[in-house]
Formats: sequence, structure tokens, C-alpha cells
Amino acid sequence: MSDTNLKKQSLPNKIKPDETGEAPVIQVGHSPHLSNESFTTRRMMIDVLIALLPVVGMSVYIFQLYAVKQMVICLVACLAAEAAFIKMRNKSFSLSDCSAAVTGIILGLSLPATAPWYVGVIASVVAIGIGKVIFGGLGMNLFNPAMVGRAFVMIAFAGLMAASGYESLHTGIDAITQATPLNAFKQMGISTSIKDLFFGLTNGSPGETSALACLVGGIYLCIRRTASWEIPAGIIAIVLIMGGLADLMGSASDWTVLHHLFSGSLLFGAFFIATDPVSSPLTAKGKFIFGAGIGFFIMILRFFSGYPEGVMFAVLLMNALTPLLNRWTIPAAMGE
Amino acid sequence: MTDQPTAFERFTQGILPENPVYRQLLGLCPVLAVTNSMQGAMTMAGAVLFVLLCANVIISLIRDLLKPHLRIVIFTLTIATFVTIVDRFLAAYMYQMSKSLGPYIPLIIVNCIIICRCEVCASKQSVLTAASDAIGQSLGFALALASIASVREILGTGMFFGFRVLPKMWPDWVIMVLPPGAFLTFGLLLGAVNWVVAKKKANG
Repeated sequence: MSDTNLKKQSLPNKIKPDETGEAPVIQVGHSPHLSNESFTTRRMMIDVLIALLPVVGMSVYIFQLYAVKQMVICLVACLAAEAAFIKMRNKSFSLSDCSAAVTGIILGLSLPATAPWYVGVIASVVAIGIGKVIFGGLGMNLFNPAMVGRAFVMIAFAGLMAASGYESLHTGIDAITQATPLNAFKQMGISTSIKDLFFGLTNGSPGETSALACLVGGIYLCIRRTASWEIPAGIIAIVLIMGGLADLMGSASDWTVLHHLFSGSLLFGAFFIATDPVSSPLTAKGKFIFGAGIGFFIMILRFFSGYPEGVMFAVLLMNALTPLLNRWTIPAAMGE
Repeated sequence: MTDQPTAFERFTQGILPENPVYRQLLGLCPVLAVTNSMQGAMTMAGAVLFVLLCANVIISLIRDLLKPHLRIVIFTLTIATFVTIVDRFLAAYMYQMSKSLGPYIPLIIVNCIIICRCEVCASKQSVLTAASDAIGQSLGFALALASIASVREILGTGMFFGFRVLPKMWPDWVIMVLPPGAFLTFGLLLGAVNWVVAKKKANG
């Protein structure tokens, strides 16, 4: 959008001193006067797709065809839904900003690999339709679309999406026969080794198992400034503090603060879900508070709720607070 | 009083052009709360029909006695009388339904459709007009409840009026019978109705 504006504003060629007989006119357009043309939605979204590569690779390595199937279903359904809704609103047809593709891949990585096809399809249509289009399209949505879709199927198909939905004996894949690490700990107090959690040889949503892959992709995103580092920093800081306090208070289990950090979808959510630029605050301070709030709710949900994991609900809760955080942290303009 | 709508106009307006739910956005509490099954929704619609009809007729009969500053109190007391009758009737003859509708039957007292009709129509017009207005508005309310309840019951349980309409393999969308399903269904249907109305207006 910004480059079309710039082209419209570059008027000076039209007024030539010879024709008017007056001194040359200096035209001043609106700021920004210099803009980085590479910093577009499309470039950011492609960056996210690149950063997701290690995560996708790891999920395919562990869950094999199941992960591929789930991602393809969500990707195709998201693109089809986006195309249909764009058409309904009589907008020119365009999927080229890749935002629907990112939503699809993230959704595919966050659903159980063995969930039936319709779960992915419904989640995708809800994510794009109710999560995004209803609010007026990309940039206007209050909540992270992928998480809206996931929350919908999570409540609609509780049996398929709860912790037991992740376990299946008939897939021929070792990881899926186990309980997810967080559920094993919550139900039976069984702890998983840090090494397995870090490299990701455990059960879970395809995208979340490997902490290493999430860190590699996430740090790439932060270096490219596609994701704001304040958000994951806030989340991790609060998780370290609250997990550390729980350790110090001598909870007699083997589940230490490092387990909290590397298990579940914490790092995946911190780097890829919470950093959605549309549904997170605008200022650095706001972003840090936003991250801290997510970290706080994740730990509260993990400690006290019936669910083993809380990243999705934590992100949605803090999305709802984003306008408030913006109001608190955006400095008043001079004279106001 | 010559510019007041006639009895027939009152009747037809209540059903679609001035539908209490979709066009006036009144009585949304029962719309959201009891529409997870057709049976509950239709019981509620019947209860509202009875209360609205009786209240409108009584208010219309005593309309010359009403004092302006006391009229809302009189409306509420009249409505409360008939709501109590419905509530006790359901508890006596349809115990299970009375249980499942819970507080929403007594809450008809504060259903603003009824106070609105007493104020707009019954306190100003004849008994016949008030009665046809009550029936028209109640039909509009029943239509709205039915539209939402059928979507929610079919998607949420694969059944309609308790009979299976979708194959056994249908995965129940549990969210549709829970509160979020009510908000989503109502919002989407309301959007669709507004879209149709806007389109009609654009076409003249």
C-alpha cells in the first residue's frame, strides 16, 4: 500500500518551472518520506514461512505423513476460504500477501497430527472467516486467526482435541503412542527428560515438540525484525520467574523450570503465534507487557486448570487486552 | 389516532418487517439462552405468545385508566401475573422442560418485547388491534428462535426436534449447543438478514 501512495505523491515532474514561469515548487508529501520498500506484508509473511522451515522439517521427521497431511489440509482450506471470502466482498482476487498461507501452516502445526480431515477444514474456515474476514480482513482482526480456529475446534470436538486426542496406537509412529509430556506429567506425574523435550522426540502438536527448531526459527524472525523480540522475551521471562518460584517453593516433582520452558507449545507460541503483528500491541513497552501477560496466563493455566497446556487461551486472552495496552502505552502527541 | 396502523398491519409488520429479534434486537436474552434445541425454543415461543397476548389484551382494555407516570408499573405487574401462570403451568405439566428452561421462563417478565408492545400498541389501540399485534410479534419471535435453534441443534447434535436428521457418523459440533455457538449463529444470521434488507433497499 505504501508504495502506491508514494507513487501518487511524486508529483513534481508535472509542474515545470518553464510552464508556470515561477520558481520551482517543492512538493512535500505525507511522512514517511523514506520507506523501506522491502518491508511489506508479503515479505514479512514469507519470512515467517522461512522461519517455520526447521519446525516443519522436525514435524515431518517425527510425525511423517500425518504432519504433512494435516498441514496440506489446513493450507489448502485456508487458501480456499480466503479466496472465497475475498470474492464475497468483491475485492480484487489476491492471495499474494501469503497471510492465509501462514495461518494455514501454523494451524496445521498446532492441531493433533492424527485429527480427522474435517477438524482441519473447519478450523481453517473459522480461522479465516470468523477470525479475520468478519473484522474487516487482514490488519483489522482483534484475535490471532489461527488461534480462533483452533479454539473453535477445541471446544467443538473436545474428544479429538483434548490430550487424549493426541494419542493413537495404530499409526506406526513411536511418538504418537505416548502421552504428551505435559499430560503425562499432569495426569501421572511422569517427567520427560530435558534432552527429549529440547530436541523434540516427544508427542504433541506437530509444530511444538522440538524446542530447538522453534528457537532457530524464532531467533531468525527476531533478527529479521519480522517478529518483535519483546514479546517472546516477556513470555520467557515470566515463565522463568514463575517456574523458578515454583521450584524454590519446593514442589516435590521433577518438573523443573526448564521443563516448563521446553515443553508444550510455549516456544512455538512465543515466537510464531504471539508475535502476530496485527493482534499484538504497537509499542515496545506494550509488547513486553503483552508477552509477560501471556507467560503469566500460560503458567496459571498449567498449574491450576484442567488443561495440560494454556498457550492458545493465554494468547487469545491477551489479544483481547491489546487495544487497552495500546491506549496505556502509546505516548500522547505533543499538545494533547 | 387516525395515523395508527390497523390491526392487519400490526399483524403483518410483527412477523418480518419489524421482526422483534432481527429488526428491533429485542428479547436477546432468551434468543441466546434457550436456542440450543428446537423443543426448548418452541416452548419459549409459546410461553411468550401466551404472555404477550394476555398482557396486550388486558392493557388495551384498561388503557383509559392508565396514569402516565404509573403505566410501566402496571405493565410489569400485568406481565408478571401471566408469567407466573405460565411458569406454574410448565412446572405442573411439562416438568422436564420447566427444569431445562430454568430461570428463563420467570425472566419473560423482563423481556423487553412485551413491555415494548404494551407501550407502543396496547396502551393506545383497541383490543382487536392489540391482540393481532401480539400474535404477529410472537410469530416473528418464534420464527427468529426457530431459525437460530435449528442451526444450533442440527450442527450441534445432528438432530432436529430430537429426531436424527444427519447420519450417525456426523461429528457433533459441541460448541454450537454451548453459549459461543449462540453468539456466532445469531451474529451470522443477523448479518445475513441485514445483507438481504440492504440489497432489497438498493433495488428499490
